Amino acid sequence: MKQVLENIESQFEMFQVLNEDGKVVNKDDLPDLSDDELKELMRRMVYTRILDQRSIALNRQGRLGFYAPTAGQEASQLGSQFALEQDDFILPGYRDVPQLIWQGLPLYQAFLFSKGHFHGNQYPDELRALSPQIIIGAQYVQTAGVALGLKKRGKKNVAITYTGDGGTSQGDFYEGINNAGAYKAPAIFVVQNNRFAISVPVEKQTNAKTLAQKAVAAGIEGIQVDGMDVLAVYAATKFARERAIAGEGPTLIETLTYRFGPHTMSGDDPTRYRTEELDKEWEKKDPLVRFRKYLEGKKLWSEEDENKVIEEAKEDIKKAIKQAEQQPKQKVTDLIENMFEELPTHLQEQKEIYQAKESK
Amino acid sequence: MAQMTMIQAITDAMRVELKNDENVLVFGEDVGQNGGVFRATEGLQDEFGEDRVFDTTLAESGIGGLAIGLAMEGFRPVPEIQFFGFVYEVMDSISGQMARIRYRSGGHYNAPITVRAPFGGGVHTPELHADSLEGLIAQQPGVKVVIPSTPYEAKGLLISAIRDNDPVVFLEHMKLYRSFRGEVPEDAYTVELGKADVKREGSDVTLLAYGAMVHSSLKAAEELEKDGIQAEVIDLRTISPVDYETILESVKKTNRVVFVQEAQRQAGIAGQVISEIQERAILHLEAPILRVTAPDTVYAFSDAEEVWLPDHKDIVERVNEVINF
Repeated sequence: MKQVLENIESQFEMFQVLNEDGKVVNKDDLPDLSDDELKELMRRMVYTRILDQRSIALNRQGRLGFYAPTAGQEASQLGSQFALEQDDFILPGYRDVPQLIWQGLPLYQAFLFSKGHFHGNQYPDELRALSPQIIIGAQYVQTAGVALGLKKRGKKNVAITYTGDGGTSQGDFYEGINNAGAYKAPAIFVVQNNRFAISVPVEKQTNAKTLAQKAVAAGIEGIQVDGMDVLAVYAATKFARERAIAGEGPTLIETLTYRFGPHTMSGDDPTRYRTEELDKEWEKKDPLVRFRKYLEGKKLWSEEDENKVIEEAKEDIKKAIKQAEQQPKQKVTDLIENMFEELPTHLQEQKEIYQAKESK
Repeated sequence: MAQMTMIQAITDAMRVELKNDENVLVFGEDVGQNGGVFRATEGLQDEFGEDRVFDTTLAESGIGGLAIGLAMEGFRPVPEIQFFGFVYEVMDSISGQMARIRYRSGGHYNAPITVRAPFGGGVHTPELHADSLEGLIAQQPGVKVVIPSTPYEAKGLLISAIRDNDPVVFLEHMKLYRSFRGEVPEDAYTVELGKADVKREGSDVTLLAYGAMVHSSLKAAEELEKDGIQAEVIDLRTISPVDYETILESVKKTNRVVFVQEAQRQAGIAGQVISEIQERAILHLEAPILRVTAPDTVYAFSDAEEVWLPDHKDIVERVNEVINF
C-alpha cells in the first residue's frame, strides 16, 4: 500500500516574491508591473490602511455600524483585486469591502453598507459584484455558478471569491470548488488564512497541513501564497486568472495572512485567543512595511508620497462619511418595494400601513 | 388538444420555455442524459443540448449556488431538487440567498430562478422523500411557492414561474404525476401565479386545499352531495402569496370552512390562512374553521402512510362537524 498524504502535503510550499525585508527572493516570478502600477498598488494599500483606522474610529463614535477590520490583510485583498479586469465578478466575504472599493464601489456606499442602509448594496453597473456575504461559504457555491455563466456566455472573465480559513470547513466550500472543477469554470477561490476563525485557530479547524491542498481532492489547482507579500498574491492571482481564461479551470489560492485587529467591531477581544508574541511575530510581516522597503529601494516611494496618500485618504473619508450621513433615511416602504418585481396584495396592504406610519 | 399526465405537462412547459428563451437553463441531479429520476426532463437534453440541459454534481446546496450564480449572468435557471425532502441541504441557497437578492441589492439584481421539486406522500418512498415541507419556504419573504393539482395548471403555472423575475419554488406532488390525464394545449400559455381556482362550486361549505388534497376534497364533495351538502372546493395553487380575495368571496357565500392540508398540523399553511379569514370575515362565519391535516409526527414510515395521510373520509367527517355546529 502506498501512502500519499505526506507526499502531497510536502509539495505545497509557500510562494513568495518579496521577503520581510522587501528583498526579491524569487526573480523568476517577479510580476511584470510598471513603476506606475507598483506605486498605485502601494497607494491603495496605504489608503486602505488609513480607511481601516478611520472606520474603526467612526465605528467607536457610533457613526458606522457593522465593521470587520482589514489591517494586515491588505496584500491578500488588494494584490488579488489588482490582477482583475473591470468585467470580472467579485463575490466577497464580509471583510472584503476594500476589493469592492478598488473595483468601483463609491466609498460613501461602503459606509452605507456598514450603517445598514440598502443603498450601500445598489452597485454601479460597472461594478460586477455581489454584496459582502454573511453566510460563511455561500459565496463559494455561487461563484461556481457565476463562473459557469461566464463560460456559457463565452466571456473572457473570471469570478473570484473570498473566504477565511474557517470557511474551508464548510460543506459549501467543497461543493463550490468541486462544482467549478467539474465544469472547468473560470473561477478563483481565495482563502485568506488569517489563522483564526473568530477565535478558533486553524489547527483546530483541520488536520490538513495547508488549506491550499484541499484543491487536490476537487481536482483543481492549489497554491499557497505569502499573504503578506502583495507581489506574490498578485502573481498568483494573475496566474490563476490566465489559467481560468484559457479554459484550464479554477484555482484555489491560500494566502497566509493575519488580521491585526479584532474579528469585527462588535465586541471581539483577540487577547482572549491570541498571544502578544504571535501578534508581534506577524507585525514584522506587515505587508505595507515590506512593500514600502521594496519601493524605497527602487526609489519609487518616499515619505512625501506616503503623506500625500494619507491626506488624500483622510479627505476622501471625510467627504464620504458626510455623504453617507446625508443619505435620506431608508423607509420600511422602500424595503417592502424591494421584495418583488410586482407587489402581491398582502404586501400592498402592509405598505399602506407603513406609508401612514411614515407620513406622521 | 393533447391528453397529458401532469409530468408530461411539466416536461412540455420546460420544452416550451427552453425554445422560447435562450436564457432558460434546466439542470439538476440525473436531469440530463437520464431525463430525471421521474423523467420530468425526458428528451430535453437531446433536443436542446448539454449546454442548456445538464447534469449537476450530487450536491443540493451546490445546485442552489449554481442557480444564483447563473442568474447573475442573466440566465433564467430552472434547477431540480430531486426530492423536496432534500430541501434542508439547499435551505440557505433558497431562503438565505435567492429570496433576498432583490431586497439585499435594493433592486439592482434579481433572481429569476424556478426551483422544481417532487414532494408529497402516498407513493411508498424511503424517509425524507415525501414530506410536505412547503411551509418552510412559505415562511420566507421574497420567494413564491406554487403547487399545481392538474396537468393543465402544471404547464401554465410552470411557464409563469419560469417567466417570473423573482424566485419560485414549484412543488410537484408525486402522486399526481401519472395518476390521471387532462387536456393540455400544445402551445405556450400561462396560468397566473398567486391566483386560487374554484374547482367546484357549492353553497354550504368551503373546502380549501392544494396539491393532492384538492382531489381528496373533490372526492369528499361528491360524497357530501349525496347527503345534500354542496361543498365549494378551492385550489390555492399558490400558497405564497395566498389569494385571499377568492377565498373570502367563497367564505362570505358559504359561511363555513374546512382547510385540508397534507402537511402536519403545527405551523402549517392552514393555520395562516384560517387566521387571515377570521381577521377579515369573522362575522360571516357560522362555525369555527376546522382543519384536516396529518398528525404532528415525522412523516410516516411508508407502511403506515395510508392511515397517516388525510383522506376524503376525514374531510367528510370534519365537514359534518362544521355543518352541524
